[in-house]
This record gives sequence, C-alpha cells and structure tokens, in this order.
Amino acid sequence: MSDGNKFTPYMRKDRLPHIFCPGCGNGTIMSAFLKAMEKAEMDFENIAMVSGIGCSSRIPGYMDCDSLHTTHGRALSFATGLKTANKDLDVVVFTGDGDCASIGGNHLIHAARRNINLTVICINNNIYGMTGGQISPTSPKGSYGTTAPYGNQDNPFNLAELVAAAGATYSARWTTIQIESLVMAIKDGLKNPGFSFIEVVTQCPTYYGRKNKLRTPTAMAVTLKMNTVFKDAASRMRQKDLEGKIVVGEFANTQKAEFTENIERISEEKFGKKTLINSAYEEEL
Amino acid sequence: MSEELFIQGNEACAKGAIRAGCRFFAGYPITPSTEVAETLARELPKVGGSFVQMEDEIASAGAIIGGSWGGTKSMTATSGPGLSLMQENIGYAFITETPIVVVDVQRGSPSTGQPTMAAQGDMMQARWGSHGDYEPIALSPSSVQEFFDFTVKAFNLAEEYRVPVFVMADEVVGHMREKIVIDDDIEIVPRKMPESKEDFLPFKNIENGTNPMPSFGQGFNIHVTGLTHDERGYPDTNNPDTHDALVQRLCDKVLNNTDKICSVKSKYCDDADTIIISYGAPVRSVIEAARKARAEGNKVGYIKLDTPWPFPEKQVLDLAADASNIVVVEMNLGQMYYEVNRVLRRDANVHLVGKIGGLMPTPDEILSKINKLGGK
Repeated sequence: MSDGNKFTPYMRKDRLPHIFCPGCGNGTIMSAFLKAMEKAEMDFENIAMVSGIGCSSRIPGYMDCDSLHTTHGRALSFATGLKTANKDLDVVVFTGDGDCASIGGNHLIHAARRNINLTVICINNNIYGMTGGQISPTSPKGSYGTTAPYGNQDNPFNLAELVAAAGATYSARWTTIQIESLVMAIKDGLKNPGFSFIEVVTQCPTYYGRKNKLRTPTAMAVTLKMNTVFKDAASRMRQKDLEGKIVVGEFANTQKAEFTENIERISEEKFGKKTLINSAYEEEL
Repeated sequence: MSEELFIQGNEACAKGAIRAGCRFFAGYPITPSTEVAETLARELPKVGGSFVQMEDEIASAGAIIGGSWGGTKSMTATSGPGLSLMQENIGYAFITETPIVVVDVQRGSPSTGQPTMAAQGDMMQARWGSHGDYEPIALSPSSVQEFFDFTVKAFNLAEEYRVPVFVMADEVVGHMREKIVIDDDIEIVPRKMPESKEDFLPFKNIENGTNPMPSFGQGFNIHVTGLTHDERGYPDTNNPDTHDALVQRLCDKVLNNTDKICSVKSKYCDDADTIIISYGAPVRSVIEAARKARAEGNKVGYIKLDTPWPFPEKQVLDLAADASNIVVVEMNLGQMYYEVNRVLRRDANVHLVGKIGGLMPTPDEILSKINKLGGK
C-alpha cells in the first residue's frame, strides 16, 4: 500500500483495505466529499457521520471521525436525534437509494420537511449492491436486476425533486462523472444551514452493470455521461424525451428557519434557557 | 424540602424523567401513553431540553439512540403497537450499548386492540421482542409514585449498565391520579466519560462488562455499528470468537449484576402456604386479596416484582421456598406465568389468574382462585 494521498489523514487507516468492488463510485464520492469539506472550510474534528445499511453506508466506517452506522433506512432518524441533542456538531449522512428512498423513505421526507441542518449524500447506484443486485426504487424502468429478471416494470423515484418538494432548503443531483460540480454541490450543502440533499448517481459495475450489459466501469461511466441532461436543457425538453435521462443540477437552494434553531429559540425566548449539551455527564442539572 | 403533588401517572413519569436528567424526548402519539409526550413537550424547553415529535415509532427509537450518543439522556414513551415498531432499533441499542429509556403504557392487544383499556400483554415483547440474545431490564410500577420512582431508576440503570431500560406501565397506572412525594435527595447516576483518548477501546471486553461512554464530538472518533464489532467498534462479522465475546459480555453485564438490579417487595411470605406473584397495577388488588385472606386466617402472602426483567429468580426462590401453591396474577393470558413456572414448578403448583378485556382483576377474583386451591 502506498503512503496515501492528502486525504489519508482523514481515514481510519487501520480499517483499510475497504470492501468496495473494483470500479465502484464510492471512492470517488468519498474524495469529492473531502474536497468539498476543505473548500467549505469545515472543521473535520467537528464532523459526525451517520449512515444506514448498504454499500454507501459503509463509508463513515472508513473516516476518522465519530460515526454511527445504524439500522437499514433509519440513518436520518438517528441523525435527527444526534443533531438535536448536540446542534454544535456538523452531522453528515451517507445513504443509498435503497436505504433512504425505500425502507427509509418516510424519514427522508420528514427530515426534509423539518429542514433540520443535516447534509445528506445519497449514493444512487439504482440497485441493491450489498445484497446482490435486486432492483431499487430508483432502478430505471426496463432495467434488470435479480428480482426483475424480465425487466423492472416500476416507475423510479426522482429523489432530488422529491426532497425539494418535501421542504429541503438545498437539493441537487450530479453523477460521478461531473466531479467538480459534485464537489461544489456538497460544499454548498455543507454550508447550507438547513436540510441539504445531494444525490450522486453512480456506477455499480458489479451488479447493475452485470445485469444490464454494462460490465465494465468504463461502459457504465460512458452511459452515465451520455444520459446526463443539465437542468436548464431539460426544462426545454419534452417529458417523453427525458425518460431514462439523468437530469443534473440544483433543485432547491433557499433559506428557511432551521429545526434545532427553532427548538433553542423557544427555550431562550420563553424560558431564558439555552439547549444543554452533554448534559448526561452532569450529576446536577 | 420534599414536594407533594397530586398528578396523573403519565405526568409523574415525565417528571421523573426530567428529574433523572432526561433532556431529549422523541416520540409518536399513541394512547394511553400520550400524556408522557405532552408533558415533556411542555416541560423540556423550560430546562434546556429538546422534544421532537417524530414521524413514527421506528424513528422515535432511532432518534433517542442518536440523542444518547449526542451526550443527552434520552427517552421515548409508547404503547404495544409502537413498541413493536421500535424493536429493531432497541436491538441496535443493545448491541451498541446505548443507554435509553423506553416507557410502555400497555393497552389491550394484540394489534390495535383496546387503546383505552389496560393490559400487560407486552411483557414478553419487552423480554424477547428484538432478534438475538440480549438481557433487558424492565421495571413495572404499581402506583403513580412508583411510575415517578421507576422512571428515575430506569435512567440510572441505563447509565450504570449502558443498556436500554423498559418501564412497563399499564393504562391503569398511566391514567390514575394519586399523591406523590418527590424527595430532594434522589440519587442520579451521571454518564461516565472515558478518562483518556489514548488507546481507548470503546467496546472492551472488560471484567464488569460496562465501559465508560464518550459522546460524539469529544475527539474520541469512535465507530458505532449494529454489526458484530471488535473492541475498537470495527465490524468483524465472520469471526465466531468476536461475536461470542461481544454478545456474552452484553448478557453477562446484566446477569452478573442481578443482585443489584433485581428488586421485589413482599409481605406475609414467611409462613405462607399460598403466594401470589404479580407486578404493575394488579398488585393493588393482590395486596387487598392477601390482607383479606390473612384476616380470614389463611396463610397467603405476596411477592411484587418491581423488576420483571431480569426475572428476580433468587429473591422469588428464597421467598417462595416453603409455599405449595403459587398464583400469578397478571393482565394477559399468562406471560410472566411462564417465567414463574420455570423457576418454581419443582417445589410448588403454579396457577394463573390471567385477566384480559381491560379491567383489573379484583381482590375477590383472586381470592376465589385461592379458595378453589384449598383456601390456605
């Protein structure tokens, strides 16, 4: 193993090598996150990560910060508790399409509705990778998975728009092909004092690729690139021409009162109390 | 100066939580527990705490685990249907050794059942509801005073052993109003921060089983996972020894301390031929039944289980050593009955007064069962 790169200090080196498959987009996204964190001038020491279950949710386990690897779909509810208990923490959630759009769909829209200050990076590979290639709520219509041997007949979720509609103050979608835009979106999400959702459409050559005649990472990357349509261009296209396309850009970027600030404001204005932090360690309160 | 209040059980629970240091509550409305949430929604902002109404009970359990790792004593309150939804995350709290308090104000069940009627149908759910091996602690209050006291105790035990603790109340205790006395000098167990970050192993297989617990943001940079993990907290799922050492330690830290955790109250047991065993609201009828039986000259005693889980096996065996008949009184068709029967069947005949439908078993119903056994 090499001595690493400039991001190695942020990693739990004693956990390497990682479990991700060759050609997986997770490494690209981790590196994009760390670049964005530096650009946003965040203090890494103050970051806590929360994740659910799935390949994407293993990312926090490789980062040298406090990390909570929770139950399937529930990362956002744990993150809501963590952020509310200590609003000084910068809480980042790594999740996937199965984790946050299927089993955790309810928590996703409610966290967005509350506009709680979390930065959610949803790694959307259109498939369940960890369990071996079943279709997910974002699998394109007609794509194949082990549970859709004759082609997926279900309509996929448009996650970035769903979350924007639910009330998130920042929502964007990019792919692992537009690295610079992705980095800027994560940076904007980290700086946004509210619920930020960054959907990253990524390649899973091992399962999605194998089932859909895109076996190599390159084939998947080329397909991602060819299917990408920028939001402005998409607004001029007909709905049927957009089928199967990945529309990238910002879907929400606005300001609203934030959830934990609202809680503290009520305590302060009505009762002159600040929200306590680390109170479990006190004998007398 | 102690404080005297005339309040509802659910309100007493909320007050006990605040007294114990609870500063985060996440919950979802459900009858007959809702007043716990309503009281805390009103009271927590006054003391620098936070209240969140979550989107469901799954999220409520997740949120309080997150809140606990955020450094705040955290609680939820629910009833049977909600407890069912929380079970996966309660298992997560066990394997990650997260102190939380889960209050269950039990109602008629299964399913939606009888939302406004009392029952004790969740006792086995508290014991076995999540998947896998673990040793829960559960306290059952029989009065409004005990709902306050046991909620405080639940927080203390949760911190002492880093486990989820259940307060298994019922609709009767939740909704009745009684006078309670709140003392000034209540013992509160604070969380222990690890002393050093150097070579700190958050899940070390230490002798007494319970490690100090850092909170997030203190520089310990720990990894907390529901996967089987080594002493560093790192996933190690294919090594049988790692799993065995972890799960055994999680169980042992409770089982090796049952002397300190388990609690019973008893009366008239010394010479009793028949002993009634009960917990929660039905104890109120049991006390009256035993008093009446004694007045009639019958050798009847009772044991009240303050802690149904872990089952106070040693105390019950000692107290019931000479009894020939045991009558378990509970508001279900026999749940703790199985546990009592397991422990006492070699030395006594174990009988059940199991009442469902939402009403308490009356003293006369209990006496009539005892009379049928021979009245002694």
